[in-house]
Amino acid sequence: MAEKVLMKGNEAIAEAAILAGCRHYFGYPITPQTEIAAYMAKKMPKIGGTFLQAESEVAAINMVYGVASTGMRVMTSSSSPGISLKSEGLSYLAGADLPALVVNVQRGGPGLGGIQPSQSDYFQATRGGGHGDYHMIVLAPASVQEMASLTVKGFELADKYRMTSMILADGTMGQMMEPVSLDFEASQTVEKPWATTGTKMSRPHNIVNSLFLQPDELEKYNFERYERYKRIEETEAMCEEYMMDDAEICVAAFGIAARVSKNAVDEARKMGIKVGLIRPITVWPFPKAAFAKAADKVKAFISVELSMGQMIEDVKLATSCKKPVFLCNRAGGMIPAPEQVLASIKEAAEIGGAN
Amino acid sequence: MEYKRLTMLCGHYGTGKTNVAVNLALDLKKQYTSVAVADLDIVNPYFRTKDSEADFAASGIELICSRYANTNLDIPALPENLYRITEDRETKMILDIGGDDSGAIVLGRLAPAILAENDYEMLTVINKYRPLTPDVESTIEVLREIEAASKIPFTGIVNNSNLGEETTPEDVLASVRYAENVASAMGIPVVMTTVKADLYAKLAGKIPGLFPLQLQKKYY
Repeated sequence: MAEKVLMKGNEAIAEAAILAGCRHYFGYPITPQTEIAAYMAKKMPKIGGTFLQAESEVAAINMVYGVASTGMRVMTSSSSPGISLKSEGLSYLAGADLPALVVNVQRGGPGLGGIQPSQSDYFQATRGGGHGDYHMIVLAPASVQEMASLTVKGFELADKYRMTSMILADGTMGQMMEPVSLDFEASQTVEKPWATTGTKMSRPHNIVNSLFLQPDELEKYNFERYERYKRIEETEAMCEEYMMDDAEICVAAFGIAARVSKNAVDEARKMGIKVGLIRPITVWPFPKAAFAKAADKVKAFISVELSMGQMIEDVKLATSCKKPVFLCNRAGGMIPAPEQVLASIKEAAEIGGAN
Repeated sequence: MEYKRLTMLCGHYGTGKTNVAVNLALDLKKQYTSVAVADLDIVNPYFRTKDSEADFAASGIELICSRYANTNLDIPALPENLYRITEDRETKMILDIGGDDSGAIVLGRLAPAILAENDYEMLTVINKYRPLTPDVESTIEVLREIEAASKIPFTGIVNNSNLGEETTPEDVLASVRYAENVASAMGIPVVMTTVKADLYAKLAGKIPGLFPLQLQKKYY
């Protein structure tokens, strides 16, 4: 067995990024993700990397744009209000087709909100966040181990598809401590012939840009980008199915909500209720196929979220509203207790059963 | 364990200082009437001594803590009755200090009075399984930074090496030599090795100064 260390989720992201070959981190502190910056500040100088605390989130994301243009692995991290500030930069990264990793350790909102965990940036993350037609690959870890492994995966997908990967975590995932194995295989890299690394007088200039004043040209890039997104939706969606084989009720939950839900599913099973869980690991692309398949056999869905109900829309879309979808939620930094999820499962079993 | 009037817990962050502090406070209360625990963490707004407020109240332990702790107000605030720590010499106290040198800086202003009274233990909690302190050299680097910020030299080590819920007796046994090596390099003793309570029976008699810890419950 690989040797384990005891890490906070935030530290696991930072260490995994370094193991994935990221040597450039730009950020600005905000609770509850500050440990990522703190870890990078300690470690990057020792390994010849760059840690830079920018003067603002806006500056940090534009520094990411700069390094990404050279083809090197680069990241930034923040929490909800800080991600809003970065949104212009996220749109520019998409417009210039640049690979980067962005971490959002979500806290309660809107506005300055609070410092307790939340999942209420789901729309912002899965629909792009900034202006224009674009997506990010959005990975939703549910353990400290996944904070590490999905960080490595995020860099690989970003390079492969020339786009931003986002780790969509929450305050609990960032702060909780669990044993982690960091025994990853060497991270896959790809050639980046588009990178601005200097022509050495041997090739034409590479240009990284998101400004296209000719509408037909701009349209062409948008269509090309969405062809790529279609391929990603077909091949890269990931989810975990738990006790779904004979399930009559399907709980949908990601991240911390999935951990709580799993306990509730176990309790409901003890009571003889046939319930299972689909945990999206990528929330964009959303694991539509798993939900579409479930819609043909379960009686009802329950979306468990730390928000006013955002992923529930994707569950309804993926299932073409074939079966009722109920919401079980807390907001503002509160986490649903397993008892609340269990009560929702019981209720859905009664209502869903009558349909 | 025998206690001085002040027991301070400092160390690299995430080593388990707060869990140890809570357990020591409850242990201290078994021996003395007037006991207080001070939450002086200015680094991390989560997982604080204040989380155990109800347990302290039930046991008659006083909590000295910033009124802004656990209020969602993310500021490095100190309690307004901070100086009770050095002035109330009738009360035995456990001081839970924030992680690393940035947390230990809180002690700097109290150091002259603490050193003058000279009735303290300055303990560092260490965990071999934390990624930035896996060996003697890296651990001592952090401890020296803390001493420079706190202006109080360490007097003992609490070996709290663990992998959370997955900790095995072998993990704890494998950490003993690490703790002893840190201790001898620092010229101070290992005063205790702390283990979660369910491992205590399996390790009793095998490690000197073994101390069982009750951990906070979680539901996810």
